Amino acid sequence: MPFGNTHNNFKLNYKVEEEFPDLSKHNNHMAKVLTKEIYGKLRDKQTPSGYTLDDVIQTGVDNPGHPFIMTVGCVAGDEESYEVFKDLLDPIISDRHGGYKPTDKHKTDLNFENLKGGDDLDPNYVLSSRVRTGRSIKGYTLPPHNSRGERRAIEKLAVEALTSLDGEFKGKYYPLKSMTDAEQEQLISDHFLFDKPVSPLLTCAGMARDWPDGRGIWHNDNKTFLVWVNEEDHLRVIAMQKGGNMREVFKRFCVGLQKIEEIFKKHNHGFMWNEHLGYILTCPSNLGTGLRGGVHVKLPKLSTHAKFEEILNRLRLQKRGTGGVDTASVGGVFDISNADRLGSSEVSQVQLVVDGVKLMVEMEKKLEKGEAIDSMIPAQK
Amino acid sequence: MANSFTRMISGRNAAVMMAVGAGTLGSGYLLSDSTAAADRKRLYPPSADFPDLRKHNNCMAAALTPKIYAHLRDKTTPNDWTLDQCIQTGVDNPGHPFIKTVGMVAGDEESYEVFAEIFDPVIKDRHNGYDPRAMKHPTDLDASKITSGVFDERYVLSSRVRTGRSIRGLSLPPACTRSERREVERVTVTALAGLKGDLSGRYYSLGEMTDKEQQQLIDEHFLFDKPVSPLLTSAGMARDWPDARGIWHNNEKNFLIWINEEDHTRIISMEKGGNMKRVFERFCRGLKQVEHLIQERGWEFMWNERLGYILTCPSNLGTGLRAGVHIRLPLLSKDPRFKKILENLRLQKRGTGGVDTAATGDTFDISNLDRLGKSEVELVQLVIDGVNYLTECEKRLERGQDIKIPAPIPQFRK
Repeated sequence: MPFGNTHNNFKLNYKVEEEFPDLSKHNNHMAKVLTKEIYGKLRDKQTPSGYTLDDVIQTGVDNPGHPFIMTVGCVAGDEESYEVFKDLLDPIISDRHGGYKPTDKHKTDLNFENLKGGDDLDPNYVLSSRVRTGRSIKGYTLPPHNSRGERRAIEKLAVEALTSLDGEFKGKYYPLKSMTDAEQEQLISDHFLFDKPVSPLLTCAGMARDWPDGRGIWHNDNKTFLVWVNEEDHLRVIAMQKGGNMREVFKRFCVGLQKIEEIFKKHNHGFMWNEHLGYILTCPSNLGTGLRGGVHVKLPKLSTHAKFEEILNRLRLQKRGTGGVDTASVGGVFDISNADRLGSSEVSQVQLVVDGVKLMVEMEKKLEKGEAIDSMIPAQK
Repeated sequence: MANSFTRMISGRNAAVMMAVGAGTLGSGYLLSDSTAAADRKRLYPPSADFPDLRKHNNCMAAALTPKIYAHLRDKTTPNDWTLDQCIQTGVDNPGHPFIKTVGMVAGDEESYEVFAEIFDPVIKDRHNGYDPRAMKHPTDLDASKITSGVFDERYVLSSRVRTGRSIRGLSLPPACTRSERREVERVTVTALAGLKGDLSGRYYSLGEMTDKEQQQLIDEHFLFDKPVSPLLTSAGMARDWPDARGIWHNNEKNFLIWINEEDHTRIISMEKGGNMKRVFERFCRGLKQVEHLIQERGWEFMWNERLGYILTCPSNLGTGLRAGVHIRLPLLSKDPRFKKILENLRLQKRGTGGVDTAATGDTFDISNLDRLGKSEVELVQLVIDGVNYLTECEKRLERGQDIKIPAPIPQFRK
């Protein structure tokens, strides 16, 4: 499929040394792992849909990264990429996901009843709660690789599935290319709208091709459940609401996801999943659960505490600004979410968020009263 | 095809020579061999993949029909380059109602042949009706034919001529592999090392230049940046930056070469002041010497008599030449007839930062509009005559005299 490096057979006329990328100034997982030996071994391989090694790594070659932030530096073009390019992707996955081994099995648990608590986060601090994940539809190639025909077929299938939902999930689809200005304004103020990717991490991987063809947003009438179609993954499924009732959000998330999955299965296009890597997504960082469960929480005192980073680390949590990844926090409000994706289940990841945020809010309250929090600092989870 | 490959074989090493044959055969296998590819063709006929170009304003969108797309979608050049790859930039960049971009690029020399069904109408649209099937492009780099090429320096601040050249046998920037790009660099830098006298100089690799060298090159207006324009990035031209990119310039700093930016090479002759004749003379001399130096090693530039010099963007076919000046026209630029005068003189104005920039103060970049169908000498003469006309107009306006819109210059030699 069209993009960048696909004249692979021709490239084989040149020796490995001649083709090997210059990664001397790079700081990403791909650059750390890729050697001339691995490159030589994999360069003449292709997935059945024609995705090649150079396609996988192009985004990492084009984006050397930052000394402080370790990006992944590669993407999958289809489900088979993770098999055909195992020799490169397994060590990257291990690096990124805390030593996950090629023989490890990933546990999927979308049974919301297994979550303990989560309905009592203090709304004076926790402004909103959100859970998102991604899903890829079996039988189609992924956003870096897919053609317009495939992307439109994915959109068609997704819209069919979503418009059949009812009850609290009844909703409507807004295709990006025919959205009215009024609809666009509304979606922006609801914090639902996604933009054409500008991050070179995504554009260099070919994910913005043909924009806005085949892209859109579906959400339920209550505005508590939404699905992005054909952004960085086939589907991004999001449940969110104001306040601290993460339990309710997670329940809606699980129920909605399972309903959608059933419909796709009926069409013989279930979700990409296997017992080693869990849910298959475009970026290796999202394998496993693909889940990011988080809150926007006010932590002005705790966030300036010397041990804030360490606390987050021990709780297996991650902070982001309120604009999402790679943004800064505003007014002491942080986006706090789970750091892990692969090797633990959805329930356990959301549990970490719920327990961790509860603890951090307690810490914030203590600091407000001028008390120390050293005794509260948790052990490594 | 046979022609270009035999020439390649004469100059290059045996390993590539053998593989070239395999590559030509191999191109067919990529799509026809695997069943997955066959399934895909069945599931997604060309009509499923046809881009939505309803909001687009570029030459590709105006020319591409479902019928043409269906004929060409499953074809590949010998280097496995496809139609979708040629048009991706035009699909991703709908353009602006006032500015019609080209909307497609070539990945290699053969693109212009294999996808002629779409390239020909695009070329015709962009180059004022030039028909590659029926017409021949004249090449003329004899600078001695130029007359009155020295401008009034009270108005003309600087003079510049640029063109591009592609090395035959290597894919173009949208398509090239890292090794091809490095080979372009190697071939060009080796050749340039052979330049002598006023043309002798040195090479600065983008990836290895020191901060000091970088600042120097910026101050001299020589340095080019990683492309940010989506027209270029959507076409894949910024891949692997800054690998194998660099700038060569002579010690006198009036002849420079960009390597692996939007084309394999961009050759630029420039100097302060109004001596366009000298700038063009050095341009032609330098170009001929570089061509001779690469031919000694068995390489040559991509050229044919239908399209002249082959470059990445169809807008630069023919001469690839943009000859221009930075000129102050405080009165004329405010005259409502300015636009029409430029149009009739076949000239174009740009800001002093180059394409898609705004003018600063009253200083404009004025250059030739046309590239294909007229020779280098003709185009430079046209710029010289045109700039002289503009300065005459400015002087007349200074004296309170009236100016006239000139008769339009005819498009092609009959």
